[in-house]
Amino acid sequence: MASLECAFFKKRIKNPIILASGVLGMTKGSLEAACENGCGGVIAKSLTLEPRKGHDGPNIVETECGLLNAMGYPNPGIESGLAEFGGWARDEALIISIVGKDAGEFGQLAARVEEAKKTLGASAIEAAISCPHTPGYGTMAGQGTPESIKEITRAIKDKCSLPLIIKLSPSIPGEGKAAKAAEDAGADAINMGNSLGPGMKIDLARRKPILGFGVGGLTGPAIKPIIVRAVHDIYRSVKIPIIGTGGITTGEDAIEMMMAGASWVSAGSAVYYRGPKAFGEIAKEMKAWMEGNGVKSLPEITGCCP
Amino acid sequence: MKKVTNPIRTAIVRKVVDENYRVKTIELECDLPKALPGQFLMVWVPGAGEKPMSIGNSNPLTISVANVGKVSGELHELKPGGMVSFRGPLGKPFNIPERAKCILVVGGGYGVVPMYFLAKVARENKIDTLAVVGAKTAKDIVWEKQLFTVCKEVFITTDDGTRGMKGNVLAEAQRLIEGKKIDSVYACGPERMMEAVARLCMQHNVPCEVSVERYMKCGVGVCGSCAIGGKLCCVDGPVFSAQEALSFPEFGKAHRDASGRRI
Repeated sequence: MASLECAFFKKRIKNPIILASGVLGMTKGSLEAACENGCGGVIAKSLTLEPRKGHDGPNIVETECGLLNAMGYPNPGIESGLAEFGGWARDEALIISIVGKDAGEFGQLAARVEEAKKTLGASAIEAAISCPHTPGYGTMAGQGTPESIKEITRAIKDKCSLPLIIKLSPSIPGEGKAAKAAEDAGADAINMGNSLGPGMKIDLARRKPILGFGVGGLTGPAIKPIIVRAVHDIYRSVKIPIIGTGGITTGEDAIEMMMAGASWVSAGSAVYYRGPKAFGEIAKEMKAWMEGNGVKSLPEITGCCP
Repeated sequence: MKKVTNPIRTAIVRKVVDENYRVKTIELECDLPKALPGQFLMVWVPGAGEKPMSIGNSNPLTISVANVGKVSGELHELKPGGMVSFRGPLGKPFNIPERAKCILVVGGGYGVVPMYFLAKVARENKIDTLAVVGAKTAKDIVWEKQLFTVCKEVFITTDDGTRGMKGNVLAEAQRLIEGKKIDSVYACGPERMMEAVARLCMQHNVPCEVSVERYMKCGVGVCGSCAIGGKLCCVDGPVFSAQEALSFPEFGKAHRDASGRRI
């Protein structure tokens, strides 16, 4: 019998499928529902120091090959956010995501997470330095360079004892070097993936960009080959485990991502294409593939593609 | 070529009707035959934003808009010949039980707009509709004439007694539920009103559905802004059964703003 069960830092989780940050995770109720629908773990909405209402709409527009989004990090701020998500007692892993304008802000956020750690129930903290469409954050603030990555990683490790996942953009040059910088500075895992871009979609009748922010990040099936390649590069550059995020909507997509080097995968747009039960369906399909191919456990396939 | 499931469409404005001091009705040169009562559109005004709006009629496609912000303010400036862009229909519609003979619709404020659409469809299916309309004061009543064209009876209540019965919709709804054979009840309006109607129907063992509103962004089940209980208003709702709505801890109690903070 093939098993999807795997380690996630100190926890054992039922499968390696994790809800991507920014999708559904605005409330604890939604995170719990994602778990009921089959996730092994969930990454909550990214939290900033102060509440943010995000960009004006439209925030999401469907294209022929994926979704373009420009949410602009709407979130209730670190205080309300930790109160919302805290007290997590489920078997699935909870990952708290933070976003800051610079290493100083990341440090402050990490310190707040550390203070709340006892009652929070989180298994890890994730720092997203990869958003392509929010001024002052992510790639729009130059956070994708090895120097910046090191500085941010150190600032968080200095303040928070939870395992740290650094979430990198697939739109930066040299993903392997970027991941190595995070590892050297003390990161415990890399999440390769965020939306790709920015991109734009123009409405023909209005002759204007549809997204309220004008441009946004591309997710969904279109970006999967790029993420698979980036995970493959990173697997060869670091020893710490990798989450592969981008375009996973089926069990075979997840298996492919793991062959490239991912220990876990995360999915977001899949809920658009397959509905909220996507996670459980992906898990079922992974298991079926493993059984059909004589694979008993996930470590057998992680990074098996040379 | 793979097709987009929810493309943005743009239609020309045929008619704009001033309903009262804050509500305008916009009728488009466009039919949306697939739209069902209870469903909504995400209406896009370039440069202003995108907001969910309930469908008041599918043929011709009609929305009614209260002037409450940037998007609705721009829509209020529209004249015949102008353009309205939208995605939809989105969300789950109202359900009328098979073999229903008479339904009751309860609309508070401009919550009557989707109720007109429901009553119209009921009438096309030879089902009688009784309507209870509630408003703060006489001038807040909208779509009254339209309701009379599709309902068997319309009962009006105002908080200050300037029109119809003085008081809220609940007493009228209760009188009808207890006095007549009603197969199902539908409510749209202020959440406390819907909560009271939902409880009333549960007590009387009458099926009931309510149309729940939450701050909505993507409209297609991805971003999570409109979460209520473990569900999403945009794809699991906006129509929920009374039983399900009452099971949400926030229903009738708390909303969230654009940032996700509880308010």
